[in-house]
Amino acid sequence: MKEKDNNTAISSGKKERSGIKRRSFVQLLGGGIFIFFAPWKSLELLSAPAEQARSLPKDYNAFLHIAEDGTITCYTGKIEMGQGIITSLAQEMAEELNVPFEKVKMVMGDTDLCPYDQGTWGSMSTRSFGPRMRAAAAEARGVLVGMASAQLGVPASQLEVRDGILVDTKHPASKVTYGQLAKGKKIEKFLDDKPAPEDFSKFTYVGKSLKRSDAYLKVTGRAKYCGDMRLPGMVYARILRPPSHGAKLISADVSGAEKIAGVSIVRDGDFIAVISENHDKADEAIVKIKADYSFDEMKVSDKTLHDFMLKADTRVNVARTSGDLEAGRLLCDKVFESEYHDPYLAHASIEPHTALAYLDNGKMIVYAATQSPFGLQDGIVRELGFARENVRVITPFVGGGFGGKGAFQQGIEAARLAKLTGKPVMLAWTRDEEFFYDTFHPAGVVKINSGIDKSGKIQMWDYHVYFSGTRGSDTIYDVPNAKTTSYSEKDTSPVHPFGTGAWRAPNNNTNTFARESQIDIMASAAGIDPLEFRLTNLKDEKMIDCLKAVAEKFGYVAGKSPSGRGISVACGIDAGTWVAHMAEVQVDKATGKVRVLHIACAQDMGLCVNPEGALMQMEGCMTMGLGYTLTEEIHFEGGNILDRGFDSYDIPKFSWLPKLDCVILDRKDKAPQGGGEPAIIAIGAVVANAIYDATGARLYTMPFTPERVLEALKKV
Amino acid sequence: MEETIRFSLNGKKTELRIDPSQTLLWVLRNNLGMTGTKFGCGTGFCGACTVLVNNEPVRSCSMSVGDVAGKKIVTIEGLEKKGKLHPVQKAFIEHDALQCGYCTPGMIMTVTGLLIKNPSPTRQEIIDGLENSYCRCAAHVRIIEAVQTAAKEMKGGK
Ligand code: FES
Ligand code: FES
Repeated sequence: MKEKDNNTAISSGKKERSGIKRRSFVQLLGGGIFIFFAPWKSLELLSAPAEQARSLPKDYNAFLHIAEDGTITCYTGKIEMGQGIITSLAQEMAEELNVPFEKVKMVMGDTDLCPYDQGTWGSMSTRSFGPRMRAAAAEARGVLVGMASAQLGVPASQLEVRDGILVDTKHPASKVTYGQLAKGKKIEKFLDDKPAPEDFSKFTYVGKSLKRSDAYLKVTGRAKYCGDMRLPGMVYARILRPPSHGAKLISADVSGAEKIAGVSIVRDGDFIAVISENHDKADEAIVKIKADYSFDEMKVSDKTLHDFMLKADTRVNVARTSGDLEAGRLLCDKVFESEYHDPYLAHASIEPHTALAYLDNGKMIVYAATQSPFGLQDGIVRELGFARENVRVITPFVGGGFGGKGAFQQGIEAARLAKLTGKPVMLAWTRDEEFFYDTFHPAGVVKINSGIDKSGKIQMWDYHVYFSGTRGSDTIYDVPNAKTTSYSEKDTSPVHPFGTGAWRAPNNNTNTFARESQIDIMASAAGIDPLEFRLTNLKDEKMIDCLKAVAEKFGYVAGKSPSGRGISVACGIDAGTWVAHMAEVQVDKATGKVRVLHIACAQDMGLCVNPEGALMQMEGCMTMGLGYTLTEEIHFEGGNILDRGFDSYDIPKFSWLPKLDCVILDRKDKAPQGGGEPAIIAIGAVVANAIYDATGARLYTMPFTPERVLEALKKV
Repeated sequence: MEETIRFSLNGKKTELRIDPSQTLLWVLRNNLGMTGTKFGCGTGFCGACTVLVNNEPVRSCSMSVGDVAGKKIVTIEGLEKKGKLHPVQKAFIEHDALQCGYCTPGMIMTVTGLLIKNPSPTRQEIIDGLENSYCRCAAHVRIIEAVQTAAKEMKGGK
């Protein structure tokens, strides 16, 4: 994927590259006022799937439309999957334009109606979208006021907006509505890409807690997810799957499946599926197919993985370096060498990958549960030979993504089946398929060699991260001699036996676990309280503030670790947001079972646009983080995924819930930052450190299962 | 073999000519249009498909339509009465007890069943009652608060 900042080319005076597409929006939507703007910087899209190779529109990727009936709509390729942007963005727009909330609509993730967008990942939505959209709304308002001023013949300063009506304050009877102004017009405006941060505090709705506008639909069962769509003649499909990644089909006997009434077999080379109008019948038929496979898989398993990774032929990249490691080493009184391991993780959204595809006069229409509607459109163009204008992807509500729905294989499969059969085809992956074809959080290894001088100052930090990427691999501490080296997969020598991709705060969980464990090891060896050790080795004011805030909230009492109390600290940075955590755990030394009793979190996310929404995301992060920390791990042998359901893949449950305390630092003067991910990154680390504090046992491999805890306890 | 199966669905008499071994979840979703009831795992683990059968929360993915003959089924669509939300639905909105919302109908039906049986559950009883209902967005804290609020309101109403 190209990580060029496609946002730097601004519209002012420049030839805009997506003009043709833009005109088609104007045509499609008829008249009105259009404000095009560019909320995204692709640099933030570290986790976008590599498939998205199309050239990006450089000048805009969202627009506001004021229709001739006064309806105001924001069109964006972003999607709603639980982050709540469908509410927060619409509310902000309504406020900025001073119109009733019902007059405002968000149209999201429809490739025909929305400008190209790379996909909805991570925390970008509030971070980049909110401010840019508000600026666009302000621009729209400026245009409308200008038009009203000309039409009513009064200076703009004499006008006031009340509920979408521009009123002459001196002669209140003289007024004009947005709709009247937009009528019969075709006005297109571009928003220059000026940085907006200074203006945030002026927006009136900022800091107000908003109720989700989709909540009513969701609590009544009315909200339509992809699997809820229905079309006449629609069939359900099941696809014949190999037993493991890398297995090849040799032969298949479909006679048993064919005999079932109401079932048809679809075959296209190795691709075999059954379809039926009756869901149960498709399920029944697929298991009747007898298939033989040949196996040519990688010989690695979850047991041998980490050695395998360290021996692999890799691409080496020095991500950061400062000072001189050797000189630093000489300054050290104590040196520490550790190796940290992290497994593959499943996304395990409760809604599986689902798609409904059908042909409409030669045009392939696909409803899909995806974080990447345009990526899916590209995929269908590439794999099924449709022209791009003949593929439309529409995204209804998405039932959780966490990065996993950045992959869209199910959408291509449904489209393929629709093309082959001419019928509307609904494909919802089973839970087994969901685990088998997930693009897992990549497993990885981190090796750290670090040292402190007699006073407890870190003098040397040599960090090596294998296959976990560099997000969150910054030292963050004030270390004069430091180096970060990243090792990644070469095309010629694959390391992961199956697909991997972004998982909530991609890779930062791994890096923060390794860094913050290492810091704790050094603090303990130096005989210094772990909070104090961090504070004295930090120069970063934001981090210092977060640590102090979390200590206060938690009621932290200083002590050297291991203190036997089971309390600890960890911190990190993600998506422009600073977080610090403290936790208390209880370890059952007989069984190795860890119970997390209390987690506090302080977060500096710049200006907090929607405090309730931010709290919700923080709590979600902390609760979800307990999964990768305590139980979640994909076991596999070669290409065979051994965990295929919730029976063995354990995700956080109600009984795990610790006491959660959150503090959001008051930063009204700073640009809003991401809130959907940061609070998850340090959960592994803070729990590892708390286990150490409780028992003196150090955990180097996530998750901290009872077996691993017992193993570590033996070494104490 | 098809049979005639009768039951009450959201207070309405319902009659189907159907193979009684068909999965209740898909019959609800496909034959009866009740798509509020979700498919999450199909194996009884997640709770997304929960409906009430004679006031008991059951997992409709693991039940056949023949099993509910003569019984009273309530799905998420049946909770709202004359445009008025059920207290549990209201409390979920009030506490923002959802994010993606996909687990929400099953969660609400489980809670409703729980409160029918135990109108004033302790926090621990709520946790026990919801233990096997999964929410990947991790709205757990807020769901517990919502249940507490709903319980209070329902008792106050009596
Ligand atoms: S779908 Fe029935 S329990 Fe998961
Ligand atoms: S709200 Fe998304 S799974 Fe519960």
